[in-house]
Amino acid sequence: MNTDYQAGRRHVLQGLIALALAGVSGLNWAASLPTAKVNTTKLAVTDSEVVVGQLHSATGTMAISETGSIQAEQLAIDQINAAGGVLGRKIRVIKEDGASDWPTFAEKAKKLLVNDHVATVFGCWTSASRKAVLPVFEKENGLLYYPTFYEGLEQSKNVIYTGQEATQQILWGLDWAAKEKKAKTFFLVGSDYIWPRTSHKIARKHIENVLKGKVVGEEYYPLGQTNFNSLINKIKVAKPDAVFAIIVGGSNVSFYKQLKAAGITGSKQFLLTTSVTEDELLGIGGENAQGFYSSVKYFQSIDNPNNKAFVAAFKAKYGDKAVIGDVTQAAYLGPWLWKAAVEKAGSFDVDKVVAASPGIEMANAPEGYVKIHANHHLWSKSKIGQIQADGQIKMVAESPKLNEPDPFPKGYQ
Amino acid sequence: MSFSDILNIGLMQGFAGLSLFAVLLLMGLGLAIIFGQMGVINMAHGEFMTIGAYTVYLFSWLADNRFPRFSQTYFLVAIVAAFVIAFAVGWLVEWALIRHLYKRPLDTLLATWGLSLGMQQVFRSTFGPKEVSPTLPDWLMGSWAPHEGLDIPINGLFVLALTLVITAALLLAMYKSRWGLRVRATVANRIMANASGIDTRKTDRLTFAIGCGVAGVAGAAFTTIGSTGPTSGSLYIVDSFLVVTFGGAAHLLGTVVSAFGIAQTQSISEFFLTGSMAKVLTLLLIVFFLMIRPQGLFASKVRR
Repeated sequence: MNTDYQAGRRHVLQGLIALALAGVSGLNWAASLPTAKVNTTKLAVTDSEVVVGQLHSATGTMAISETGSIQAEQLAIDQINAAGGVLGRKIRVIKEDGASDWPTFAEKAKKLLVNDHVATVFGCWTSASRKAVLPVFEKENGLLYYPTFYEGLEQSKNVIYTGQEATQQILWGLDWAAKEKKAKTFFLVGSDYIWPRTSHKIARKHIENVLKGKVVGEEYYPLGQTNFNSLINKIKVAKPDAVFAIIVGGSNVSFYKQLKAAGITGSKQFLLTTSVTEDELLGIGGENAQGFYSSVKYFQSIDNPNNKAFVAAFKAKYGDKAVIGDVTQAAYLGPWLWKAAVEKAGSFDVDKVVAASPGIEMANAPEGYVKIHANHHLWSKSKIGQIQADGQIKMVAESPKLNEPDPFPKGYQ
Repeated sequence: MSFSDILNIGLMQGFAGLSLFAVLLLMGLGLAIIFGQMGVINMAHGEFMTIGAYTVYLFSWLADNRFPRFSQTYFLVAIVAAFVIAFAVGWLVEWALIRHLYKRPLDTLLATWGLSLGMQQVFRSTFGPKEVSPTLPDWLMGSWAPHEGLDIPINGLFVLALTLVITAALLLAMYKSRWGLRVRATVANRIMANASGIDTRKTDRLTFAIGCGVAGVAGAAFTTIGSTGPTSGSLYIVDSFLVVTFGGAAHLLGTVVSAFGIAQTQSISEFFLTGSMAKVLTLLLIVFFLMIRPQGLFASKVRR
């Protein structure tokens, strides 16, 4: 196509100019790394700028959850730009709205990769949206940083998963429940779709085979279910040591409000969840879930200097009342991990960035040290927190070692 | 498990059914008036409920930040305000949109669906995309435990009581008041009603607004058991239509009986099957019933 030819010629020209400039200044990154050299695949990279895409739902049902990710990624990009950009180039973001609609996600992903030639994309939230864009990223050889904790069973050359996959979130949490809370009998509840079902499959195997405990109930409710009184009565009949709950969306709010109303509170019943972060507590109300436990990898209240700086910067940008949940923090890691990989590779080319990614570390992540595994997920420490009345979560335990990501766990499928 | 345990669970499960009945009835009542009596398919019904929910949130915010001494009582005022606001918006919508479409029922479906999307975006732009949680007064929280092992949810009792009051008020209004008479006359035969001096336009507008107002009250009450967000209303819309369609259009009592039947079927089957299977079973039963009797439980005996 004509435009390709022109673009190619433009890159060569820019490269020449950059080389000439290098002769003059010889100091800045961009000049020492001419565009022609760091970008051999016609990405939207110039001497002063690199274009990236952001693909989340700013409208529709999922806007509730994805807004935090959009904000965190923008914050990271602003900070990177303020510190000089990536390979001396400022990041410019093209924002696209997936509108909570999976075909729209695929369409916008194609637009970002084919029309805009973005160097990378930060985006998606639900597994459904990721599954919709995955073929596009693989065909066009794009790069996606995906922030949400999810069910695993996936690994792609073209995706870096910055959230936890299911085993990281579940196994250590259950070990902790068995050891610290002496839990022997478990009642599993979830919303009826792939993430809770896969998670509970893993949980059941772990409880029965490793912990030698017993699953006394496993229940799924349709997404959007607003009435949980029958479920609550079943829990009362089963009298489990632990309730393990993975309920999402509006149902989450109904579940905890009705638990509290039925007299099942944190002081009477041990409950562990992997689907409640500070974001969800805004809707649930801390007082309705007070005393229950959450197993994720980040809490806004984590007490370390990196996190304090992150929370302060986030609040400075988005207001004092801004709330940061696990996924928001994972989204914040995306641009930083990409920057580190690009600079290690010395190139924006997707193949080179992907090749450079395993082993990339981030010592100053708000959640603590993380590292990219060869399977494109992150080594991270699992954490247990107790939900407080004010909607914050207080960390009570942290895994001593980094948990290895294992998206295809043997013996758990 | 001892006998008293079984008794307790039985009682609590019975109450769970009753409480689901109250929820279904309350969400269906407003729609029963609008869809059942006027034949308008109001897809924005859920959003009128959301108006009520956000009204509670606003009052809760005011009580928290400005008038702490009302923190235990604001909720009752908020329910009245939810009715008034939803009523006013309903009045406006009827004037601007619905009245032009009475002769094109399928177009009202499309128009009100568009309205629902628009209203969701207004909520999102005004209150933000994240869910909010009104601080509920202490007396609405927790459970009433007459003896050990038996917990009756107070918010469930509250919704039940409110539903009974609203239903009684609506039945009285429909069958004892001048407005009710005019509505029934208009439903039975619009042209005849017009000819006998009933202002059917005014009746329509008032009826639509009252239906929306009742939806607002339902939304306000549901803040005690459910979520408050821009799209919360969409959680209720399917069940609302289910209750009204199953009940039939002739009589508000149809809605009451229908809500009771659906609630008990679902609640009992939920206890013995899984949640998703219970839903499947309930929907199948309704579908079969409507195949045999498409007009629903209570059909009107009007010659068409």
